[in-house]
Amino acid sequence: MPRPRPQVPLKGLFVGLKTTARIFMQTMFPKRGIKTLLPAPTIGAVTVQYPYKSPPEVPTARARGVIALKEDNCTVCMLCARSCPDWCIYIEGHKTKAPPRRPGGKERTVSALDRFDIDYSLCMYCGICVEVCPFDALFWSPEFEYSELRLADLLHDKDRLGEWMETVPDFEPYEAGSTAKVRKVPR
Amino acid sequence: MTPAVLAIDWSAYWQQSIFRVLGVAIFVILGAGTFVIAFLFKMMSYMQSRLGPMEAGPHGTMQLLAEVGKWLQKEDLVPDRADAKLFKLAPYIVLVSTFLLAVVMPFGPDAYFINVDTGIYLALALSSISVIGIVIAGWASSSKYSLIGGLRAAGQLIAYELPMVLAVVGVVIQAGTLNLQGIVAAQHQGEIFGWGGIGNPFILTQLVGFVVFMIATQAELAQPPFDMPVAESEIVTGYMTEYSGMRFLLFFIGEFATAAVFSAIAATLFLGGWAVPFVDLDENVMNVVGPIVLLVKMMLVGALIFWVRFTFPRFREDQLQAFAWKALIPLSLVNILATMVLKVAF
Repeated sequence: MPRPRPQVPLKGLFVGLKTTARIFMQTMFPKRGIKTLLPAPTIGAVTVQYPYKSPPEVPTARARGVIALKEDNCTVCMLCARSCPDWCIYIEGHKTKAPPRRPGGKERTVSALDRFDIDYSLCMYCGICVEVCPFDALFWSPEFEYSELRLADLLHDKDRLGEWMETVPDFEPYEAGSTAKVRKVPR
Repeated sequence: MTPAVLAIDWSAYWQQSIFRVLGVAIFVILGAGTFVIAFLFKMMSYMQSRLGPMEAGPHGTMQLLAEVGKWLQKEDLVPDRADAKLFKLAPYIVLVSTFLLAVVMPFGPDAYFINVDTGIYLALALSSISVIGIVIAGWASSSKYSLIGGLRAAGQLIAYELPMVLAVVGVVIQAGTLNLQGIVAAQHQGEIFGWGGIGNPFILTQLVGFVVFMIATQAELAQPPFDMPVAESEIVTGYMTEYSGMRFLLFFIGEFATAAVFSAIAATLFLGGWAVPFVDLDENVMNVVGPIVLLVKMMLVGALIFWVRFTFPRFREDQLQAFAWKALIPLSLVNILATMVLKVAF
């Protein structure tokens, strides 16, 4: 198929120049009444000076900020620790007895969690642990402001990981007509 | 006027030499710094709706000092198989070309470093020295990327030297002199077809020459869309690949200082240099106002160069060569012919 000939020769070059000039003027002189004449790039630019100003909107619901742990759901199966590419999840647990579910029943053997640490100085936020967890114990939270001055402080223990559970958003609703089982975040 | 300063005889050769060296160094370094901060850091960012550096100093204006400090701290690496002497020499050759170019610039009626009769000829000759430095850098690095980059740069700089010279020939024919002061005077006192309202800035009567000159300048500076020699997606950074620290800084200064000096040359050739239209001031006043006027015109031309740089994507290597030989050179030859005919007719 022959390419369409431009109606004006070299028109594209000028369209390009016009576009960059327009963005420049928008950034330099944002529209704000009479004060438009004053250059104000901090207002006109899309960039938000984050540590000084809060971002205009919180990160989206599916953002990978920090991993939250629902301790009650964890069965110490170690799947997350084994699948972690960075080996940054440390789990220790022991077997213990729990009261029977029904009166008169047999005592149950359950796994209790002694230690569940994620070292965020190693974590690469791949999310494989969240994917692989069969008991809905790990969730993504969009919170991201947990930087530390010392590297060692980035190791979050199970209490700290449990606190993140409050910030986990609900799963987004499925498309209309979906027959898949609806997942819920345990609260 | 301070008579004490004027009373000293500044004519001794060593005094003049020191004055020239210091003056050129200040012009080149300030010019390069201004271009980097104003255009590379700020204008480019605003054209992409970003803010650019904001932390160092007010609106990040001190960012360049931080960058220079960083480069100076870095280790000065020489590759194992490299030709160490040539490798270390190459950036200086590139920078020397820029420094020598700045020598011929006129800033006012008496404010110049040297005033030679063949000023623009000397400038164009000196500007081609940088090719040697670039080819040496490419060869001595003993890296395939550097070698390809150096050869591409050589091919490009030679190809675009020609249209640049031919574009200048039109100006020279119209001004009737090779002297840069003479070219400024010709624009200030000239008339456009008998109308002398704003003098005769050659951008009006030599528009084709100006366009060809600016395109060739863009290519000489290896700025996008003519940045094939440093095409980072293909050959890392071309001839600069193996350089680090201080020597990379020299290449970097050289690139932007050359942009500043070429802007000044274009401002002198086509925008009237240090002269202001319909203003005839005293010579002593002009010596102070002239450099400022030239600086303003230089920034205008620089903004044009960097505007084009940030807008267009890169040429392909064969298109780049074909554009020089098949489009620009015939165009500038036709321009010379038309200029000659009109010069004789009027």
